[in-house]
Amino acid sequence: MADLATRTLPLSGFHGGSGAAALSVASPATRISLRAKPDAVAALSGVLGLLLPTKAKTSASSNGRHALWLGPDEWLIIDENGADLMAAVASSNVLHSATDVSHRNTAIIVKGRGAAVAINGGCPQDLSLAAFPVGACSRTVLAKAEIVLLRTAEDTFRVECWRSFSPYVSTLLAEAAEDAGN
Amino acid sequence: MLLIYCPYCEEERSELEFRQAGDAHIARPTNMTEMTDEEFEAFFFLRDNVKGLTFERWRHLNGCGRFFNAARDTVSDKFLTTYKAGLPRPDLSTLRPATEATVETYEATESNAK
Repeated sequence: MADLATRTLPLSGFHGGSGAAALSVASPATRISLRAKPDAVAALSGVLGLLLPTKAKTSASSNGRHALWLGPDEWLIIDENGADLMAAVASSNVLHSATDVSHRNTAIIVKGRGAAVAINGGCPQDLSLAAFPVGACSRTVLAKAEIVLLRTAEDTFRVECWRSFSPYVSTLLAEAAEDAGN
Repeated sequence: MLLIYCPYCEEERSELEFRQAGDAHIARPTNMTEMTDEEFEAFFFLRDNVKGLTFERWRHLNGCGRFFNAARDTVSDKFLTTYKAGLPRPDLSTLRPATEATVETYEATESNAK
């Protein structure tokens, strides 16, 4: 019998961080990159079960599904329960562009009182609660890598990065977490 | 760190998220097949490289990904304003004056030396 190929997740087994900013790998999720014009937003929101945000730097979340505003006509949809997002948006019958990026991205959860300090080790954005409240999201940079940040709680961030950048992003976050304190 | 106002994100972001994308307001010719090589060269390659106020395209590459236009002073590196792509040039008289006078150049300080 032929050997079956086994899938190794990016960052499999990774752990790190410090007392102030603990790092963990997010469980696998399905993701789509969604592009649509304003007239399709209502129909897409209906089939996804959450209101696609139309304001910069905002997101919508419900039952483990997140819709992140990336641009005026661009969203990143993440479903932590592994739902078939492509089928969901295909049933909307409105003009849109959806690309399955589930395996392009991986995510690191940064949690702790020093989480913002650790991310600011490589990210130039103002992550104070006033400028980046819970639910805020943004595509930005972490040193040389592009990331998508989502603040899920006052002390918790989800850092989405491309899987090929994940060793770089995780190592850099681990270093920055050490600097954030114990 | 230089902060650039993105008209789509509606806030100032670090220059690290942006890329410059050449001159703004360059009209594509409609008769490209009939143009001479010299005319095409002028449209495609030749740029003014002005000293002082210039209109440029910028892209919020690691942000919303949108192209927008900016009025920038190449001497002081100051952004006078940014505006959405497709909008006409803003009225310069309403913008802050360029700060060339405060920049000491060789011409200003040395060229008249006796």
